[in-house]
Amino acid sequence: MKPAVDTGKHFINGDIACAEGAIAAGCLFFGGYPITPATEVAEHMSERLPHVGGTYIQMEDEIAAMTSILGGAWTGKKTMTATSGPGFSLMMETVGLAIVTETPCVVVNVQRGGPSTGLPTQGAQADMMQAKWGSHGDYEIIALAPSSPQEMFDLTITAFNLSEKYRTPVFIMSDEIVGHMSEKVVIPKKEAIKTISRIQPRGKKNNFHPFKPGPNGVAPMPSIGQGYKVHVTGLTHDEKGYPVMSVDTQAEMMERLLGKIRNNLDDIIMTDQYLLDDADIVIVSYGVSSRTSYTAVDMAREQGIKAGLLRLITVWPFPDRLIKELALRVKGFITVEINMGQISREVERCAGYKAPSYLAGHPGGAVVPPEQVISIMKEAF
Amino acid sequence: MGSPAVKKEVPVPHPLEDLVRMERIPHIWCSGCGTGSVFTACLTAMKNTGINYDDFAMVSGIGCSGRGAGYINIDSFHTTHGRAIPFATGIKMARPETNVIVFSGDGDLFAIGGNHFIHAARRNMDITVICVNNFIYGMTGGQAAATTPHEAKSSTSMGGNPESPFNLPLLAYAAGATYVARWTMLHSRDLADSIEEAINHKGFSFVEALSPCPINYGRRNKQKPLDTLREYHANTIIKNNADPGELGIDFKQKVILGKFVDIEKPSHDEQYHRLYHETSTKS
Amino acid sequence: MKYWRVPLDSEEVEVTQGVVHIIKDRCKGCGYCIEYCPRAVLEFSKEFNKNGYHPPRVRAEGCLNCHYCELLCPEFAIFSTEATAEQAAV
Repeated sequence: MKPAVDTGKHFINGDIACAEGAIAAGCLFFGGYPITPATEVAEHMSERLPHVGGTYIQMEDEIAAMTSILGGAWTGKKTMTATSGPGFSLMMETVGLAIVTETPCVVVNVQRGGPSTGLPTQGAQADMMQAKWGSHGDYEIIALAPSSPQEMFDLTITAFNLSEKYRTPVFIMSDEIVGHMSEKVVIPKKEAIKTISRIQPRGKKNNFHPFKPGPNGVAPMPSIGQGYKVHVTGLTHDEKGYPVMSVDTQAEMMERLLGKIRNNLDDIIMTDQYLLDDADIVIVSYGVSSRTSYTAVDMAREQGIKAGLLRLITVWPFPDRLIKELALRVKGFITVEINMGQISREVERCAGYKAPSYLAGHPGGAVVPPEQVISIMKEAF
Repeated sequence: MGSPAVKKEVPVPHPLEDLVRMERIPHIWCSGCGTGSVFTACLTAMKNTGINYDDFAMVSGIGCSGRGAGYINIDSFHTTHGRAIPFATGIKMARPETNVIVFSGDGDLFAIGGNHFIHAARRNMDITVICVNNFIYGMTGGQAAATTPHEAKSSTSMGGNPESPFNLPLLAYAAGATYVARWTMLHSRDLADSIEEAINHKGFSFVEALSPCPINYGRRNKQKPLDTLREYHANTIIKNNADPGELGIDFKQKVILGKFVDIEKPSHDEQYHRLYHETSTKS
Repeated sequence: MKYWRVPLDSEEVEVTQGVVHIIKDRCKGCGYCIEYCPRAVLEFSKEFNKNGYHPPRVRAEGCLNCHYCELLCPEFAIFSTEATAEQAAV
């Protein structure tokens, strides 16, 4: 039996690091369904959860896996599932339910090439827009993009913390390459890991309003069995949780759901910057693509081009303000990603007419070579 | 009129008022709809178990009977279409001491949610599934369902349903359910007793409750609400332990009611606990 | 209630008496309680409730407090309680 926090230096792949991060964060329930290249997350969770008194269940499909973690979350536990593109598509229905019912949970997408069955064993970053817009209706989501097994561990803990803090599903948008690569992962001591749990209600249980926001815009969340007798519905509902089919209630609910993310952008958005201060050309990248982007920056600098890297750790919500500010002072942007233009469109939107924006993309199955980034850079600027 | 022994309006509360979100009554179910009767039987059964209401959770999917979770005054979850059972599974496995009741309809549980149903039955997941079977998609206006009898009329089969319906108790039994019963909403007492037994049963229990949809099934099939109830009275026979293979519903012959399956078998949470938690604490 | 033969212990059996309670404004007028009351003590009233339905009313004595109307009613609109000694004596 291993403890929840397996302190020490490990040589493990990203999927396993992700599972260890979940256990360290206090995850106690995992609803799984096998899919390449995310299966190892489920396998490792099935082995590790019983060590910490948790439960693994293998559901009949990804719809069920995703739905089971919402049920689990309402018992007060931290819950997670992991999948890849085809399963992510199936989960989208329940992602909407998680958002509207403000149910904290973590969903890992170890991305592979698509569309459809695509390239199951090879990486891509082509579900980035699906992460933002895949479920119907209007919503804000939090999505993090780890670029190494170490970050798979670290950001899984961050994902749980954000999800508990804001009562919302959080996506970890990894990819096959990061998921399957093995590197050194340092797991700190238990005391050094900061974990956040949802705020529990206190006080009277009668006529409790489980969707009435507290000071930070988030409502305390009771658990099944505590006597709050909550009603939770996917229908448009008031703060009591009761369905109300009115324009006003819809507006109030949407303001609450969007507001708790939009009003806390500084707390949620994380980026990393490399040689950005004096940069003329900004490479925007995230996840595994950022690894080759560092090389691209170095190659450009060797050739006398002042390039810098803005690495998005939080991809959603998108750092609009930061890109808008950069657009006022730089020559332009190149977005490096393993798709044919997704986050690059966001960069282009934020840069507006202030600075041009280009894509160094890839159809999927491999990383974008730094040489491709340099040649686009030379051609464009 | 009326005898002096009878008071019509007294401040005595209805005996189920502690279990109902009374501020949400009247509910949305139409006049003559049987869902309210099945719901009442379910609440009565819950009350009769003597289990603390805080140890229950109700989960519904989408559809008319899916609104059940919205009226019961306990922790209750109105989920997405077809997904009540996996949601309930998550609750049960994360907090096994909860008595989880799934209250939903035939379309929700057996068409869009059919896969979840058979797998929860296979696992012997310790939840109680109550299916209000009105043979139709009522909420959307009466389209043919996986339970619509052969040749019955619906808004998408005006010339008669070309398909054959599921035999729900057979499906449940074949998939591994360890408690299976069928009643109609008219057999209220048997239904309530059966639901009580199902709640107390350890393992996957399934109770099918036939129920009229006068607006969207009855109207097209020339049945007024009371005609449907008379059918339930005249055209059913109670045959406990009947062979599940004989339980198909075809109104040309008698519909069999009763308790068909009641097997003792360890439930999923018990098996998981034995194989994973007990052994991992030993090692 | 008619018996095809009088039970041997019918003299000894104490028959309970019930009081019917009707919450008129909850009724949607399906008539199930009226049709299926084993003692036929109910009938439709002529009055309308606030939603425009005719709720049932008690037309005759004889409620045995069997609770069948209470279980069958889809609306939580009718139930019975056991008559107190005072009510039963009347």
